[in-house]
Formats: sequence, structure tokens, C-alpha cells
Amino acid sequence: MAAITPRQRTGWATANFVVIALALIPVLWLVSLSFKTPTAVLDPSFIPAQWTWGNYSGILTSSQFIRPLANSIGIGIISTVIAVVLASMAAYAVARLRFPGKGLLIGMSLLIAMFPLIALVTPLFTIERALGLFNTWPGLIIPYVTFGLPLGIYTLSAFFREIPWELEKAAKVDGASPFQAFVKVIAPLAAPGMVTTGILVFLACWNDFLLAISFTSTISARTAPAAMQYFSGGSVFTIPTGPIAAAAVVITIPIVIFVLFFQRRIVAGLTSGAVKG
Amino acid sequence: MSTTETVTAGAPAEAPPKGKPQLSEGARAERRLGFMLIAPAVIVMIAVTAYPVVYAIYLSLERYNLALPQAKKFIGFANYGAVLSSPYWWHALYVTVVITVFSVAITLVLGFLLAFVLHRTIFGRGLVRTTSLIPYGIVTVAAAYSWQYAWTPGQGYLSSIFNNSAPLTNQFQAIVVIIIAEIWKTTPFMALLLLAGLSLVPEDLQKAAKVDGATGWQRFTKITLPLMKPAILVALLFRTLDSFRIFDNIYILTLGANGTGSVSILGYDNLFNALNLGIGSTISILIFICVAIIAFLFIKGFGTAAPGTDIGKR
Repeated sequence: MAAITPRQRTGWATANFVVIALALIPVLWLVSLSFKTPTAVLDPSFIPAQWTWGNYSGILTSSQFIRPLANSIGIGIISTVIAVVLASMAAYAVARLRFPGKGLLIGMSLLIAMFPLIALVTPLFTIERALGLFNTWPGLIIPYVTFGLPLGIYTLSAFFREIPWELEKAAKVDGASPFQAFVKVIAPLAAPGMVTTGILVFLACWNDFLLAISFTSTISARTAPAAMQYFSGGSVFTIPTGPIAAAAVVITIPIVIFVLFFQRRIVAGLTSGAVKG
Repeated sequence: MSTTETVTAGAPAEAPPKGKPQLSEGARAERRLGFMLIAPAVIVMIAVTAYPVVYAIYLSLERYNLALPQAKKFIGFANYGAVLSSPYWWHALYVTVVITVFSVAITLVLGFLLAFVLHRTIFGRGLVRTTSLIPYGIVTVAAAYSWQYAWTPGQGYLSSIFNNSAPLTNQFQAIVVIIIAEIWKTTPFMALLLLAGLSLVPEDLQKAAKVDGATGWQRFTKITLPLMKPAILVALLFRTLDSFRIFDNIYILTLGANGTGSVSILGYDNLFNALNLGIGSTISILIFICVAIIAFLFIKGFGTAAPGTDIGKR
């Protein structure tokens, strides 16, 4: 590498700073609002004039937030596990086996990945009401799994192609059936790809709003993003800015943790299926 | 991702090509396993998407209002006539197209800038990469609340910078705010896709051009851009289709008030406020057709570089 001139150094430092500031300011604004008292909220400065933990203690003791948060976590985890298991099976078949109709499967996944969600909301709403799935966990888990599958099949088949398949051959020579070879040899090697896929699917479930407000009517299945709009302020005349900001921060924390720990994997997963020259 | 040409190392390589009547025992077992492995995923996807879409087509041909269930009746294409002659539909479509075009175009430019910073920055690369992923990961609704409060007159930092303006109550300004929120949220994703394409551009080529006296801009337009075309088109397709179904940001920021509703907001309103399943389904089908047209145009533009055709042939 050529020597870095001081000018280059300042230039890149500025660029880095701008990127970090633009990425963080809206998040810091939420953090600031979440620590403001109801009177301090009326002050547009970033540093709260009066600090309080009240917004957090308020939402974390209210079933209006705790229950949806539990729903978000539960529905997200169950959907992710199911989607990753089903997608792994399909991706293994796509990456490794010869069978007709493979192109059809890929085409279908691609179509679903690009599907306008709203187009499904009306019919699914009607179907879910008829089947008694409306406002239940399965009522959200089933569509989440469906929309996690294309993402999963896409990312996982890209990961599966990187695996040294000679090992599978060796296992077969040793007398393992294709299924045993998959479970005992390949699945452990595929684990990193599955973790990555799991993170992406979970983020998508955690992020969903449209399905969550459409297929729920009470806190028994409503997820956290959908529940925030129903928060109330201290009185009828107070807008619940502080509590909503605190809830937004709480549901953002897992994301920040994921990003900090799995940054490399998230990047690999997001770009694996999409761009290969 | 057409992998039909991949030679399967673990399977008998002499398996006869399909179409021949006789399949070896191994090939048949492999087929069976393949079908078994994809079956659960395929069944779920068909049950939750294909079937509802067909059902939506059927619903769209009916007069069906949940408030007036006894008036349910098959009315053919009358719902389509009603929607397509309604100014609400065309206005929502117009708003959606404006938001999509501007947010995707600006995101592409900013995504490039961000990708360059992530690719080239000399120090602090890990920190910048991690931080720039946060907008991608953050729940759209949470971010939308941040923008809404930032633009609330008397309370928000952005509003106070702009003379206590209240942009969310004005159609044009509200759409600008919605576009900003979209751009902030999606630029990191765009940058990541572009970055993956950028890392495929050989360094030697850049150096050679530099030696030959090409300016930075020339190297960008003559080397980087052409080589990145597939990556750019994939990123644009994903972002366009994603942006076309914009819902969360508008719902939180304006609820579609003052003529800022997208087609998704219109569909949602017809279903949950008007309880009109017939019209709601019609709007769903029309949105689906729009998305299909966008995808078709892009894939025509892709040529052989369509996602899925190039992967696996390495």
C-alpha cells in the first residue's frame, strides 16, 4: 500500500465520521426521547433537560408492552427455527441432488421473495378467520415461515455449495445413507450458514409490521412493533412519545447486539444469494 | 440458481439424462430424496401464497363487504372497473411510483458512496461497517417513530432546525420526509450488495488504467460500472420491488393522510377500515400485476444476468 498522506487521512476520517453520524443520529434521537420526562419531551434538544427512567419502568411493567414483546420473541424464534430447518432441507436438495423441477422451485422462491405482501393480506385475513388462526401465534408464524423460506433457500444453497462434499462421499463409502450423510456430516459443516440464515430470517420476522397489525386484534398475539401505536400517555391529552421511544429502543437493542456480534455473517448472508459474478 | 448442470459428486455420475425411461436405482433414490427434502418447503409456500392469490382473484370478482355480508354477490370485473376509474387508486399509484423512483435512485447513489467508503477507507473499517448496518437492522416502525418525532414542531430537532416547520401535514413535504426515511433505512443494504459487486472488480485493472492515465471518474465509468452491472441490476430490482410495497413508514409517519398513501396503504384501508374484501382483493391483484410488470421489465433488462441464472455455474 502506498503511504497515506495526511490529506487522505483527514478525508477518510471525515467520510467515516459522516457515515457514522448519519447512521446513528436517528437512533440517538430515540434514545434521548426515551430518557426525557413528559415536559422535557417538548424540548427539541438532544440532551434531555430532565432525565428519567420512568418511560422504561412504565413500559416494562405494562402488559401492553411485555406481552407483545414476548409474542415477538416467541413468534420470531419459532418461525426462524421452522424456516431454517425446511430451507436447509430444500437448499441441500437444490445444491446437491439431481431431480426435475429444481428450476421451478427456485423460480417460485424468487417470486415469493418479491411478492407484494399487501396482496396476500386480504385473502389470508379471510382464510385465517375461517380457520380460527386470526389473532393467534400460528396465524403469524405460518406466513413468517413462508416468507423466510425463499430467503433461507437462497442463502443456504449458496452456503451449501462452499462445503467440501468429498466428506459426504467418504461418509457414503463408509456405508452411510444420503440422509445419514446429511445429518451427521454435512449439517454440522453447514451450521455457520444456518446461523446466518437464522439471523436474517429472525430480523425479517422481528421487523414485520403489516402482517402483525393485519392478523392480530389483541395483545394475545400482537407483536411489539404493532403494539406501540396503542400505547397511551399519562393522560388523554399527552402523546405517549416517551413510552413509544423507550419501546422502540428496547426492540432495537437485540438488533444492535446481533449486528455487533454477527456483522461479518450478516454481510455474507445478505450478499451470498444476490451477487455472484 | 439453476444448478441442473452441477455434477453431483456423491451420486453415480453415470446416471442417465432425464427423459430416458430407465433410471438407475441410485438416481431414482436421489430423485426421491430430492422431492422429499423440498416437499415441506414447497407445500408451505404453495399453501400460503399460491392458494391465497387464487382465492384473491376469486374474491376480486365478488361484491363482498364484511359490513354487508348478505349483499355478497358475484359481479365479474365490476370491482376492477370501480378501482381503475377511481382517482384514489391512480393517486396512490402515483405517490408509490414517486416514492419508489426517488428513493431507489438516491439510494443507489448514496449506496455507491457508502460502498466506496466501506471498500476503501483506510482505518476504522470495522467500526464503519458495523455502524452502517444498524439502519438496515433497526425495526422500520421504530425508525419511523424517530423521524416522526424529529419532525414534530416544537419537539423535534429537525423541525426546530427548519424554523419549527410541520412537514408531515403538507403533502409534498410529507412525501419528502417519507423518502428520506426510506433512504436512511435502505442505503446500507444497497451498499452491501454493491460492495459485493465492487470486490469482484479486479484491482489490477484499476491499477493498469491508472498507469495509462485514466482519471478516477473515467475508471469508475469505464471499468467499475460495466463490471458491476449485474450487481447493480440485482440491487435495483430488489430495492424497487421492496420500495413499491412501502407501508410501514407511511403508516407511522402520516397514516396516508393528505394524499400521502401508497397502494399498500390503500389496500389496507379498504380491507380494515372499509371492510370491503372485494375491492381490497382487487387492489391486491392490481398491485401484484404492477410488481410482475416491474420484475418482467428488469429481468428483460438483465438478459442472462438475471438472479439465479448465473449462480452455480462457477
